[in-house]
Amino acid sequence: MSSRDDILASVRRNAKTVAPDLPDLEADWIQYADLQQQFSEVIETVGGRCVAAESDHDINNALKAIPEYSSASKIASTIPGIGESNVSLSEIDDPHELEDVDFAILPGEFAVAENGAVWVTDKDLKQRAVMFITQHLVLVVPGGEIVPHMHAAYERLHFGPAGFGVFISGPSKTADIEQSLVIGAHGPRSLTVFLTSN
Amino acid sequence: MSHATQAAKFVEDQDRAHWHDQALWFVRAKRDRMATSLPEWETLREKASQIKAYTMSHLADLLEQFERNATKLGVQVHWARNAAEHNEIVHNILFRHDVHKVAKSKSMLTEECHLNPYLERHGIEVVDTDLGERIVQLNNEPPSHIVLPAIHRKKEDVGEIFHRYLNTEEGATDPEYLAEAARAHLRDKFMNADAGITGVNFAIAETGGFVVCTNEGNADLGVSLPKLHIACMGIEKLIPRAADLGVFLRLLARSATGQPITTYSSHFHGPREGCELHIVLVDNGRSEILGSDDFRRSLNCIRCGACMNTCPVYRRSGGHSYQTTVPGPIGSILAPARDANAHNSLPYACSLCGSCTDVCPVKIDLHHQLLTWRREIAVRGLVPLSKRFPMRIAGVVFRRPWLYRWLGGLARAIVPWLPRFLVYNRLNAWGRQRELPNFPKKSFRQTFRDRNEQ
Repeated sequence: MSSRDDILASVRRNAKTVAPDLPDLEADWIQYADLQQQFSEVIETVGGRCVAAESDHDINNALKAIPEYSSASKIASTIPGIGESNVSLSEIDDPHELEDVDFAILPGEFAVAENGAVWVTDKDLKQRAVMFITQHLVLVVPGGEIVPHMHAAYERLHFGPAGFGVFISGPSKTADIEQSLVIGAHGPRSLTVFLTSN
Repeated sequence: MSHATQAAKFVEDQDRAHWHDQALWFVRAKRDRMATSLPEWETLREKASQIKAYTMSHLADLLEQFERNATKLGVQVHWARNAAEHNEIVHNILFRHDVHKVAKSKSMLTEECHLNPYLERHGIEVVDTDLGERIVQLNNEPPSHIVLPAIHRKKEDVGEIFHRYLNTEEGATDPEYLAEAARAHLRDKFMNADAGITGVNFAIAETGGFVVCTNEGNADLGVSLPKLHIACMGIEKLIPRAADLGVFLRLLARSATGQPITTYSSHFHGPREGCELHIVLVDNGRSEILGSDDFRRSLNCIRCGACMNTCPVYRRSGGHSYQTTVPGPIGSILAPARDANAHNSLPYACSLCGSCTDVCPVKIDLHHQLLTWRREIAVRGLVPLSKRFPMRIAGVVFRRPWLYRWLGGLARAIVPWLPRFLVYNRLNAWGRQRELPNFPKKSFRQTFRDRNEQ
């Protein structure tokens, strides 16, 4: 018998079908009066930054005010009109070439108020490595696309064909040395989320 | 060696033991703040427990469904009965791809299977990329906690280890400086890895995908650069629906470290274009546990570590004293299931205070199971003589009230007059670190009777 059949047989022999049905996921989940404010408060506590922006112009101005941005030599933006992109992500075949990217500017699909997370996918993104290898990450999220909690988040998500998606909440961090929080473990040293008003 | 013997070594350094206790209590306090900030906390725990109960009773069907859907996404699914098979499968995949260097992110399963030494014997370099895991790997010791692998190490220790292996300045203790040195060191490892290995936090039967949670982003860096990703998971990591993640991701990080969610919760559905994704499903004793009415619920564990952070014994004895991959309350249930004789002391490393059961996000009845294991170990005749003999005597005495009363009177009359060496000796484990209370003049019965007569 193959290992697969062996394991399945052993599981079937041992499992007891006494459990009730799967629970529905309806409940009186937490709601927030101001989703944007809640999101922005939480993202600050996890080491990120949230900026409300009226226009692309606003975003570009805010970017220029970030010292690390003005001194950045490699910037990869996949959003037309935002950021002075000089790395064309669609032309990069080997993700290792992204090693020295300073700033990545990517769209986030929606945000979650309860935990400051932004849903980002590799749709239209040839090398998802850029989200993690860049020194600084900027996500641009439509301000109207904030859900209160994770249950609402998964109501929006459909996993059909192959693809990758990630909830990102703050910059890369570690507390593995004596519980001291250090921002910038392996990935981005900062996360800025722009909430656009359209 | 028993847990108590190992723990005795840990508490020899009182300052360090106290510091360890406080460090974990700090994490427990953060967890409490997060749990109380959500009015629906108990509803979430209840839902999580129900989802897991359903999963365990339909596990075979769900595993098949997962395999079908993952295969459709282009994932290659492997099955391993035990640790040896798991290691062989992983090595074969790596061998076929001519892999010499692997970047691995945290996976307690690969620890359980002792994958690192196996691959190293076959000439493959395995680098643990989680900072805590890298610290203990460089120091050639196992993790002492499943979420905080280097929680037993002070920053001075880390400074020394990094000075030795990463050429940092001697005597450096600044966490920022040390983490920056590790970042540079591990970037190099990421850039040169031929393959990435990760664990799995949740695998979704309905979609064939899986989720990996980290704060550092090490799992994502490790698998988005090379062309080969191997994900290793125990069969109990399955959940039926993607929507169930809403419940589990809300509970996991809040319970583990007191964060609202981990920095990265990555959802993998199929390989990157031109790349390979393999999933290894491992049994290694899990299906046997499934058959036990008493211990089945231990498979619900989502490895948050909350039971360790709150456990008064774990906090004061350190993870290494358990001598298992998973220490603490949940480890003391899982380990005897694998080898009851080797781990017979673990169910006793518990005061039955029940705090673990209170904080468990999936409502495992941990302290009840620990008590059940004590009985089980006694039934199987695995209780050591040093416990069995006094228990037998106690049994004889407690069955005979007259004998109990008589011996009590005798002790009250004699013990206060005995020379110290007769009371405080090897047989009196209680008296090793503390003084016995003063013997009262009267028994409880006498005091009670006197009071009623007044």
